[in-house]
Amino acid sequence: MSTASLQSEPNECQLIERCLSGEHEAFYELMRPYERAVYFAAMGVLNNPADAEEVAQEAVLKAFNNLCKFRREAKFSTWLIQITINEARMRFRKDRRHLYDSIDEQRSDDEGDYIPKDLADWREIPSEQLQRRELREALKRALDSLDTKYREVLMLRDVQHMSIAETAKVLGITEGSVKTRLLRARLQMRDALSPGIDGSWITGRTEFKKVRPWS
Amino acid sequence: MVIEISCVEVWREISNYIDKNVDRELHSRMEAHFQVCKHCSAVLDGTRNVVKLIADGAEFEVPPSLGKNLYKKLDAQLGRSS
Repeated sequence: MSTASLQSEPNECQLIERCLSGEHEAFYELMRPYERAVYFAAMGVLNNPADAEEVAQEAVLKAFNNLCKFRREAKFSTWLIQITINEARMRFRKDRRHLYDSIDEQRSDDEGDYIPKDLADWREIPSEQLQRRELREALKRALDSLDTKYREVLMLRDVQHMSIAETAKVLGITEGSVKTRLLRARLQMRDALSPGIDGSWITGRTEFKKVRPWS
Repeated sequence: MVIEISCVEVWREISNYIDKNVDRELHSRMEAHFQVCKHCSAVLDGTRNVVKLIADGAEFEVPPSLGKNLYKKLDAQLGRSS
């Protein structure tokens, strides 16, 4: 998904016009480049594939029904992802999970510095060394361990490669908050993934090599 | 002369550093710190690799049904067969 400009591509504007004129097939063409993005945006909030798929369906329907309200000077993808995030958040509030991780407390950032764990270097990306399945499961567990407000930012910035400005707009937060949350998300992911990266997910070893063995 | 920077300050800026979003002076201070601090160097390596792993996108599976199911509700509204 391109983040270079904050406006829609000319071709997209034409598709939007055609759709608003009654040519509904144009909407499917308009959506095609963003199908994955919609799903991953929902996953950022919910981290559950079935829920994310359902929310993505709702977001697509809502975007179609509200296309007349889309302001052409903005970027279609940003508007679409905003709708998706809002739908996902509404779904989250209905879920019991909100008792433990209130999405309504998402506005503020945690105060104080995050202290990364003292773990040995993780020099090699382990994709070649480990079974993909173990890696994916570890990634899912690590993502699940994040607070929603951190996972949202991580998915938009690092998976979908949205700019800081776009991410801030979609989430309704400042650019400073995007950077702060991204920092925490990345450090927490590193702490969650590093211990197993040396193969201990497979070996079951629980002691991790420290950089400073005396600590 | 490069002014020393603490580990806490490095951790605060490490994400911006990875994104090449720090000014030249801060960049130099952090570089000098990574040369001498193994812990921060390990944090940098690990965090950088997390970003690479996630950016790859290959580890994030889209359900095979997504292409078909994404438009289910819209198709129903439009009376369109998928």
